Amino acid sequence: MKSIITPAAAAALVPDGAVLMIGGFMGVGTPERLIDALVLAGRRNLTVIANDTARPGVGIGKLIDAGLVAKVIASHIGTNPETQRQMIAGAIAVELVPQGSLAERVRSGGYGLGGVLTPTGLGTPAEEGKTKLELEGVTYLVERALKADFALIAAKHADYDGNLDYALTARNFNPLMAMAAATVIVEPQEIVPVGTLTPDMVVTPHVLVDHLVGKEKRHG
Amino acid sequence: MDDKSLIARRVALELKDGMLANLGIGLPTMVAGYLPAGVTVSFQSENGIIGMCPVPADGLVNADLTDAGGSPIGALPGASAFDSAFSFGLIRGGHLDVTVLGGLEVDEAGHLANWMVPGKMVPGMGGAMDLVTGARRVIVAMTHTAKGAAKIVPCCTLPLTALRRVDLVVTELAVIEPTAEGLVLREVAPGVSIAQVIAATSARLIVPEHVPEMVL
Repeated sequence: MKSIITPAAAAALVPDGAVLMIGGFMGVGTPERLIDALVLAGRRNLTVIANDTARPGVGIGKLIDAGLVAKVIASHIGTNPETQRQMIAGAIAVELVPQGSLAERVRSGGYGLGGVLTPTGLGTPAEEGKTKLELEGVTYLVERALKADFALIAAKHADYDGNLDYALTARNFNPLMAMAAATVIVEPQEIVPVGTLTPDMVVTPHVLVDHLVGKEKRHG
Repeated sequence: MDDKSLIARRVALELKDGMLANLGIGLPTMVAGYLPAGVTVSFQSENGIIGMCPVPADGLVNADLTDAGGSPIGALPGASAFDSAFSFGLIRGGHLDVTVLGGLEVDEAGHLANWMVPGKMVPGMGGAMDLVTGARRVIVAMTHTAKGAAKIVPCCTLPLTALRRVDLVVTELAVIEPTAEGLVLREVAPGVSIAQVIAATSARLIVPEHVPEMVL
């Protein structure tokens, strides 16, 4: 059985300056209670690797609002004016990566690869500082693997062992990130008995998961 | 018909039965509403679904089911959900038949700029670079001018989205096909003259002897 901990206990594992991969797409599939606990704990100087920074007050946007993020690696920050304001003010360093390349950088981090070759970004500002490589007459950009200290994952179900499935478009980067971080903390919508998720249903096997975040106890 | 509806209606005629299509946020999304009768297209949203459909009735909205803009959508019977690496594998791997995207500029080489205005708007490219690089066909759906300024220009002044030549540009004035020789004027909108299109375009247009009116 996996350790089931509170959001506050999970946040206590994360030190200042940690590199976090956080699942979600515009806040959909983002572990909101984990984010709230990080904000409450006031963890600072974080690096966040995620598709986007959602909106102020939503998902990763809450970390931005609280001024806890020093660096963002994302494909899109356009929906969060606060991220843009802090970027212009020099408070946040933002590295923009094409979405498909970001997914592959995370995937290759978790799959033991140094990176991937992609045609995406050639001839655009996305190629700046990156190696170009020609293979069989085609030019590619080298997109290097990303890894993190922690992955904060939103799942639909976790069983007591930590096997995971995901909900619809809330899946997005979550299963990729669950492979690419040293410590994987999962906030499932529901924790179910082992065996409820049949082998075919499991998207992320339990061996990848370190901690499950449970629901708070309700009294009365 | 307003300009955007006209553009969406004309683009919809480019979608063929059985295609997998990805529509950008905003005007391109409207294209789904104008599919001709008898044409069934599968729509992908790059956040991880094939088989998206308009948002269901109040009370049936699912918080875990949104489009790439974060707005609620529905899923048709037979829809499938997948992660972001798979989703962009579909896009880059030659599995996506067509994408329809908005544009800020298109130039004589058929290059598209649609993701940033240096010093003004730096939202990030999201999935746009992968879509323009990887889709089998790229259709740009945009207004012909912005505040009177031409958007179809000799050479893009804004940062490009990709080096790939887009396949078709549809505006409220015209249908233009970028080719190796340059931008070919293929159709004019109802009631619009060739001279009007040329006047609203700063790029050089190749005008064939016969330029038909859009059939909508």
